[in-house]
Amino acid sequence: MSATPTPIYSGPIEQGDLFPAARKSRGFLALIRRHPTIALGSALLFVILILAIFAPYLWTVDPNALSPAHRGRPPSLRNWFGTDLFGRDLYSRVLYGARVSLAIGFSVAVMSSIVGLVLGLISGFIRWTDAIIMRVMDGLMSIPPILLAIALMALMQGSIINVFVSITIAEIPRVARLVRSVVLSLREQPYIDGAIAAGTTTPMIIWRHVLPNAIAPLIVQATYVCASAMILEAILSFIGAGTPPSLPSWGTIMSDGRAVWQIKPYIILFPAAFLSLTILAVNLLGDGLRDALDPRMAKRF
Amino acid sequence: MPLLSVENLRTHFRTADGILRAVDGVSFTVNAGETVAIVGESGCGKSVTANSILRLIPESIGKIAGRIVFEGRDLLGLPIKQMRQIRGNEISMIFQEPMTSLNPVLTIGYQLSETLRLHQGLTAAQALARSVEMLTLVGIPEPAKRVRQYPHQLSGGMRQRVMIALALACSPKLLIADEPTTALDVTIQAQILELMHELKSSAGAAILIITHDLGVVAEIADRVIVMYAGRKVEEAPVEKLFRTPQHPYTQGLLDAAPKLGASLKNSEGRLSEIPGMVPSPKETIVGCSFAARCARVSQRCREVVPSLEPKSADHFVACHHAI
Amino acid sequence: MDTTPILNVKNLKKHFSVKGQTVKAVDGISLHIMPGETLSLVGESGCGKSTAGRAILRLIDLTEGEVELNGQRIDQMSARQLRPLRRHIQPVFQDPYSSLNPRMRLRDILAEPIRNFGLSPNAADIESRIRQLLEMVRLPADAAGRLPHEFSGGQRQRISIARALAAEPSLIVCDEAVSALDVSVKAQIVNLLQDLQKELGLALLFISHDLAIVEHMTHRVAVMYLGRIVEIASRERIFGSPQHPYTLALLSSVPVPEPGRTIDRIVLKGDVPSPMNPPKGCHFHTRCPFALDRCKTDEPKLRSVAPGQHVACHLHDLPPSENPIAQRTAVSEVSS
Repeated sequence: MSATPTPIYSGPIEQGDLFPAARKSRGFLALIRRHPTIALGSALLFVILILAIFAPYLWTVDPNALSPAHRGRPPSLRNWFGTDLFGRDLYSRVLYGARVSLAIGFSVAVMSSIVGLVLGLISGFIRWTDAIIMRVMDGLMSIPPILLAIALMALMQGSIINVFVSITIAEIPRVARLVRSVVLSLREQPYIDGAIAAGTTTPMIIWRHVLPNAIAPLIVQATYVCASAMILEAILSFIGAGTPPSLPSWGTIMSDGRAVWQIKPYIILFPAAFLSLTILAVNLLGDGLRDALDPRMAKRF
Repeated sequence: MPLLSVENLRTHFRTADGILRAVDGVSFTVNAGETVAIVGESGCGKSVTANSILRLIPESIGKIAGRIVFEGRDLLGLPIKQMRQIRGNEISMIFQEPMTSLNPVLTIGYQLSETLRLHQGLTAAQALARSVEMLTLVGIPEPAKRVRQYPHQLSGGMRQRVMIALALACSPKLLIADEPTTALDVTIQAQILELMHELKSSAGAAILIITHDLGVVAEIADRVIVMYAGRKVEEAPVEKLFRTPQHPYTQGLLDAAPKLGASLKNSEGRLSEIPGMVPSPKETIVGCSFAARCARVSQRCREVVPSLEPKSADHFVACHHAI
Repeated sequence: MDTTPILNVKNLKKHFSVKGQTVKAVDGISLHIMPGETLSLVGESGCGKSTAGRAILRLIDLTEGEVELNGQRIDQMSARQLRPLRRHIQPVFQDPYSSLNPRMRLRDILAEPIRNFGLSPNAADIESRIRQLLEMVRLPADAAGRLPHEFSGGQRQRISIARALAAEPSLIVCDEAVSALDVSVKAQIVNLLQDLQKELGLALLFISHDLAIVEHMTHRVAVMYLGRIVEIASRERIFGSPQHPYTLALLSSVPVPEPGRTIDRIVLKGDVPSPMNPPKGCHFHTRCPFALDRCKTDEPKLRSVAPGQHVACHLHDLPPSENPIAQRTAVSEVSS
């Protein structure tokens, strides 16, 4: 077949890039631009954390101080968020309540991650334990977390430690399932085989090869657990099964204003707004981390 | 007039760490009925070239510039609606991975009929009949039974045949095949190549085949284009390319591939290597993109991009020191 | 001259149980590798070559059979007994992108086997070994502090080879080690392996589907089909006068980079049968252009048809004048 000669394109050869050159800015600002969700989430969370930690210095009064003369006042210069039905300053209660929510959120996230990690590693690596552990996890997960937490609280006294324990138990199964699936997929990676062939013992394989690669998804999951724990705690306190009344939590505050929300909406409004913002911040952080920590190991191009 | 004329095609992607110049000024033509192969290693831009012709690059990540003239029309200037009428109809494409190129939840018959009903306006019954015809054409046994099956019930070789049937269903003028046999076993590859030979003559379509396998090129192509780092470095009819390559990279590729039967002729020793590695498409390269690895490099190579020069009526090379 | 094989495999079988059915991925293969020799295991997907490699490396357990490494039976050993012996047989895997822990620096990747097998008395010695290894695989010395994703595919395979060498093995099992690389890089790695073999006297078990590469670097070849070895012979005999129909078809299917050359190609009909349901008798009879009635029921055993060549095919029971393979290869020997 005769090949007709190719006419060489004789027009003007345009060169140059089709996109404007990206300014390779290093440093903080570039980081923010590349990961806006992480930036926003952590900024919000940081603000709320500051408010919680420095509550005593931020023009608050004793959150439990009753002041019957000033019951049910709307927001004013004296009480920035108003007062509840017992005359307690809502602004102070909300700020101190932040401590409870954040403390529960973080501690549950940490503890359930640790326990879930251990369970997930064991069931992922030691095959015969897999069935047992996972069935127990399935059993726990089949009960809606809030009901589980309520049931556990019913067995114990209402105290912040017990709230912490019951919510942790409700959150562990999700983490364990995640870690297990990550471990199962990591086990298939050839570099694990390489480590076995290089004479590495199983505990060292878990420590040096599996764990570092499992941490990233675990961290992301921990942020979602944190958000979920905060909501669970608020619900528990709302129905009176949570922290004792001496320790105000956003749920408790909302519970106090439940009956009168139509005429005095600010009692529910402020704790609800803070709770929502905090959950939003944590979720944003989680989403941002998930995108940032995405496996970019195979930089193939 | 050539069937397809690609003029100064540039396809750039915007990534987090810079601009990726996947295709950086490539021009070539394909005439009716001929088979042109684009050969190169990974990262040279050959697949992106194929995808750019059919404008399968999402707007959000990549931009295509240049002219792609198909039967007198510039494809890059067409509205997407008209582009869709061309895809699968006048220009069709088969992809590398038969496992993922077919929709796993639709039957083979449905997927074949879909393109026939869309482009040729056939009724469901007519489309089904033609689908069975196409399956027979591509050598699938028991086509009436297969038409009702799902992709996972077929083997890799069969799926690739179905892809070919899909591509040829509307009698396209140009078939673009992106690494059609790379994912297949070598005995299945032989079957598919034989099928493509048969269909070449009967279907009359021009074929643009993208591959890294020089053996496949030798078997099926009329003309060959060699790409490196987003640019075209050599173009010639297939025999001239293999017998008298002009570009050092082409020569290097030909030498680096071991030939079956070489040990019997006592014509072996070390495999000739090309030192170094393919540059990343994110790098801006001044001068010839192959300079860093070329044995014939000079200072001029590092400064001036060599332009495509004709060494004879049908043999073009972009090199300051062509062989 | 040392005549103990480094590796001696007898009747290796590996069966998997999938949804109640037994998949005989490897169905009784026997082979041996002498010190300093390369044996290639070739075949297409589903033939069981990778599974065989993993079983020999004892990354999976055997269903049946014996594996002797340096004369010692390793197939029944416990993990603890096996661990120190693993240094003599090391793998290089196919995918350069998942063969290395993405979060470990090269220095740690290479130090791991050295520490595990106690090959170095102190940290300074480890450092110098690491430098030596990087030099051996032609990587720059400053690579030690970097992470895998900073390297290209070819470079990562070099790192994998360095890791294998770190244990000072007698045998390296390359499981499609160059299949995922570009042509020009393949050549680099193949040359590297050959140089290392000459320098260090390494034996190689080279598992691959790429016959041209195999021909270039091997001493002997074993061809597998659906879990069995159908032919095993020296390089000259396999590529010069193959005696099994599958080997013939395989060799003739490889596209040759010589335009215009007519190939006497045997194009096999049909697909590779599923390993879950292999044909009775000779596994290949459904696609064999020369199948006899006998092939449907009797499984052919490997037997010697020439010095250094064993074939499992009933055609060789026929007198040579009736044996289509004997005639074919005689013809092709004349013409090439």
